[in-house]
Amino acid sequence: MAARGDLPVWVDLALIPLLNLLFALVISGLVVLIIGENPLEAMWIMLKGAVGSLKGWGYLLYYATNFVFTGLAVAVAFHAGLFNIGGEGQAYMAGAGAAAVGLSLEFLPWPIVIPLSILASMAVGAFWAWVPGVLQVKRGSHIVITTIMFNYIALSLMAYLINYGFRPVGKMAVESREITGAYIMSFREVAREFFDLRLPSTPLNFSVFLAIAAAFAVWYLLWRTKLGYEIRAVGASPEAAVYAGIRPDRIIVITMAISGALAGLMAVNEILGAQHRLVLGFVQGAGFVGIAVALMGRSHPLGIMLSAMLFGLLYQGGTELSFAKPDINRDMIVVIQGLVILFMGALEYAFRPWLTALFFRPED
Amino acid sequence: MELYVEILASTIRYTVPLILACIAGLWSERSGIVDIGLEGKMLIAAFVAASGAAVYGSAWIGLGLAILTSVGFALIHGYAAINQRGNQVVSGVAINMLAAGLAVVLGNEWFREGGRTPALPPEGRFLPLEIPGISALADVPGLGAVVKIFFSHSILTYVAFILVPVTAWALSRTRFGLRLRAVGENPHAVDTAGISVARLRYMAVIIAGVLCGIAGTFISISLSSSFVRDITAGTGFMALAALIFANWRAWPALGACLLFGFLQASGTFLQGKHLLGVEIPVQFINMLPYLMTVVLLAGFIGKSIPPRASGLPYIKDR
Repeated sequence: MAARGDLPVWVDLALIPLLNLLFALVISGLVVLIIGENPLEAMWIMLKGAVGSLKGWGYLLYYATNFVFTGLAVAVAFHAGLFNIGGEGQAYMAGAGAAAVGLSLEFLPWPIVIPLSILASMAVGAFWAWVPGVLQVKRGSHIVITTIMFNYIALSLMAYLINYGFRPVGKMAVESREITGAYIMSFREVAREFFDLRLPSTPLNFSVFLAIAAAFAVWYLLWRTKLGYEIRAVGASPEAAVYAGIRPDRIIVITMAISGALAGLMAVNEILGAQHRLVLGFVQGAGFVGIAVALMGRSHPLGIMLSAMLFGLLYQGGTELSFAKPDINRDMIVVIQGLVILFMGALEYAFRPWLTALFFRPED
Repeated sequence: MELYVEILASTIRYTVPLILACIAGLWSERSGIVDIGLEGKMLIAAFVAASGAAVYGSAWIGLGLAILTSVGFALIHGYAAINQRGNQVVSGVAINMLAAGLAVVLGNEWFREGGRTPALPPEGRFLPLEIPGISALADVPGLGAVVKIFFSHSILTYVAFILVPVTAWALSRTRFGLRLRAVGENPHAVDTAGISVARLRYMAVIIAGVLCGIAGTFISISLSSSFVRDITAGTGFMALAALIFANWRAWPALGACLLFGFLQASGTFLQGKHLLGVEIPVQFINMLPYLMTVVLLAGFIGKSIPPRASGLPYIKDR
């Protein structure tokens, strides 16, 4: 997004994100100090909880799967110069698509139901982002504001749909009944049924491969196709893109739909893969984590996969930490996220002047 | 009490944080600084007000600390937006997350109730004022309803409503207000006139911080008696919607906030009620403010025009 200036590429792509992360962690460490705990010990517990066991890894990758989808959603929009802040609502709505197809077609065998259900998630997510795109292009309403409003509309609409549509009569918990075919997504269930293996109980499921495939697809789309070139051209300069024969309006609408479809895939991991039923408020901020992940990953699919795993580590480690040290609430992760977004997104130029002074090479 | 009195009195109560946050956003955005972080500033203020009032036993100390904290967050946003020329929307999102996380983490550590603050005694809260002469009329038929609707509120409520004419006057009649608006429309012109763009924008951001501080205080220690997780529940975003709805003007902002406050109040009272044998889906009432804003933004009813330089960092010519 920013001009590269005179910095070597590796400084821009790796050093600045790492410096920003370091700063975010140091400030979070200060908060831990204020609470009266040892930040280094806290970090050790987090690391051990996330990567010290098979179960930890299972949860880490399961969280990371969510964040790859929402991170890619934000990144694709970034490339077209758009800020899709509505991943939260798009993923939430997509859950209704996944569950509606999964529940109504469960008489069909899973090789048909699961792909259809995945497509339904993508379609609903895409629709929920397509509308703000169209409204910006045709009516001039800004995508940032419209997608925020759509997050809240989704919140109420889904509460209504789950309460009055999906909840079986007489059931107290506000959730749908179980999607019977969805167990096939779970690594644990498949290992037990087909290979007689006992895996630790984690929500990790086949969506993790879908996340890798989505990351590759986004890379291919952005850097290997005409559409991707057009998206990046519009992001770089809509005025210049017009002279290249590109219609920015069309690109904005298409990009928003792609972004929404990617956010919608988050529902596949959560509804089909982990919960096997539609539950109230299942997104739990993953849409917003996507913003941090996309900024941290420099909007590149590879960077996004790495930073999604980092946030997966923070989420799983943070849960373990809050068990081991009840004084440190799990919401510490939200603080770290906020700091990462602040440093990576809003203060990204802060380190630049002195890094430029450090690395500036006139003849290069 | 009759239902309409209840709903109208509660409309006023719901409107208070909305109008405070909305006016906060008005000051900020009129100077060209987009503020997505209204919600976060209110949330951290709500937390600090409840904590301060619990520890020091005084609502006023709670209010003071809340305003200081909210202004601190506003200054972070200002630094990112004005000095660092960072993306203002991203900075606002960061402020919201920081506030949401810090409030629960610190609250959990200080009071060990899972992020909740202790319930406050009456002196730790802003309770409805007894106005001599007027409160006595509460039992008079006819007049009583008026008293209950308009005069059963805490001091912060009256402050909030007085701020509307004050803001409208300051923005259209004072030198400071006119310059501030100019900065949001054409910062180059203001700079050319030898007035500091950064200073004006910092003033606007600080005013927004103060107002969000009052709004958060009202939510945690006047409306309720303690802070709980996510107590602001999207009020900041609804205020943002109201601001757009009001086309960035003070008096229409009051109208929009009253309308949204009324929708919130009716939503609460109609929960589980039946109309013609059908349960009223409250979710649709809750969704209305956001839906109306989308429709308005799309230009189907009226047209909203934001300040021209809003969201754009100002780069001084050398």
